Amino acid sequence: MSPAKVEDIPVTTVDKDDNMSVKPDDGSGKKVKIFARALNLYYGESHALRDINVDIYENEITALIGPSGCGKSTFLRSLNRMNDLIPSARLKGSVYLDGIDIYRPDIDVVALRKRVGMVFQKPNPFPMSIFDNISYGPKMHGIRDYGKLEEIVESTLKAAALWDEVKDKLHKSAFELSGGQQQRLCIARVLAVEPEVLLMDEPASALDPISTFKIEELMVELKQRYTVVLVTHNMYQASRVSQRTGFFLDGKLVEIGDTEQIFERPHDKRTDDYIRGRFG
Amino acid sequence: MISGLMITSEDALANRSFHTGEVNLRNMDAIQSTTRKTFDAQLKELEQQLLKMGSFVEGMLDSSVQALIRQDSELADEVIRRDDVADNMDLEIETACMRLLALQQPMSKDLRIISTALKIITDLERIGDYSVDIAKAAKLLSGEPYFKPLIDIPRMAELTKKMLRDALQAFVDRSIEKAIQVCKDDDAVDQLNKGLLEELMDYMRKDPKLIMQSVHFILISRYLERIADHVTNVAERIVYMETGELRQIVESHKGA
Repeated sequence: MSPAKVEDIPVTTVDKDDNMSVKPDDGSGKKVKIFARALNLYYGESHALRDINVDIYENEITALIGPSGCGKSTFLRSLNRMNDLIPSARLKGSVYLDGIDIYRPDIDVVALRKRVGMVFQKPNPFPMSIFDNISYGPKMHGIRDYGKLEEIVESTLKAAALWDEVKDKLHKSAFELSGGQQQRLCIARVLAVEPEVLLMDEPASALDPISTFKIEELMVELKQRYTVVLVTHNMYQASRVSQRTGFFLDGKLVEIGDTEQIFERPHDKRTDDYIRGRFG
Repeated sequence: MISGLMITSEDALANRSFHTGEVNLRNMDAIQSTTRKTFDAQLKELEQQLLKMGSFVEGMLDSSVQALIRQDSELADEVIRRDDVADNMDLEIETACMRLLALQQPMSKDLRIISTALKIITDLERIGDYSVDIAKAAKLLSGEPYFKPLIDIPRMAELTKKMLRDALQAFVDRSIEKAIQVCKDDDAVDQLNKGLLEELMDYMRKDPKLIMQSVHFILISRYLERIADHVTNVAERIVYMETGELRQIVESHKGA
């Protein structure tokens, strides 16, 4: 079941003349959805990201792991320019989405964030009904037809594996839902504006194990249609759901590779120490 | 009598370099950590159990061949009884591995150490079983003098025991080179086995009265050859544990 089409929303304002695309050099034939080159980010004097070069493949889950303060969330936020909101943040280098530099001055940041949606650690539903939580984004993007909105609400709640649990109380407050349900609602809310990339920052860390497994199953479903980048402290979650895993430390991307390689035989000793819990 | 022989095997343990004094696990990089002390101690304990089991089945192999050479059916009986101990060690180690897997969620090399232990104990347990087979043959053959002096079988047994000892040492030393050498050493055992088979076939053709002993010698030779193959498996696992790469070390094992 695909989410309702929202044809009348302009997808992007960037011009297509400046396209750049890369193919992974591992011969896998995968498509690179996002890539970063020589990416550096500073918060004031603090150097938070150091020379990050990375390819994010389409329709895969890329997990980013690393200790607190290693830069993984900062990196995630740089993929849809959320760091723009932090006054002291300065960025050098580049991030490309479908071959287009998202830090170009003429990029429409709102359109970018529509294509690259984000789910946060704590579920943050709006103080309104379940229905209105989902329809809020499409309405903001210009959809007024109620039948259309109903369609979007149903299809995205189904895509977020929440429909059966809430279909009889769509007009109740979102705060009546459990934590795990609220998080799936937030995922549905992101899906409602038809993104291409989902950035997930610790999406299950505030949830109990059953809700966590539901979110993980959902992520695996979602990667069929979306490109997912997942930041998690829980490396077992990374190993369960992701196809590729990157390890961040002190603002650097120490190592990125196929998830099984990272967890069975990492190349870098620092990665090895971290995933074996032998850090410091 | 049991305790006497057990002491003998314990003595054999004590003479092994890695059993002298403090546990000589100098290359075990996991030990240096400070963050997972309990887990590290459990892994260390697991390695100790593995080495103990390895030395124990080596003792069984040694005694079974001694029983054969000396036509000592009491010693053969003793080897047969010791099989229960080896089987128990197998179960204990498997239980410890499963517990570590379930409770500690090991990753990377920790995971490889545990999966290696799980594979190795099966090979060690089989070596114990073959030693029992040799002991049983030794009992059957203990009643009458051999028609020819045993030469190749003791040689095969020495080579096989050395392979097992080297494999255990490679495990302790974390030595890929030593493990690969063990795999290569297997060829000599295979050659002896083949040669012995041909020689004994000849004897049987010439004199049917020699068939009974010859068939048992052929079987024993085959058991030793199989033991060496299991030791080769152990050595291959050690390479995997160190490198994370699963591969066959010596090609010729496919056919042999």
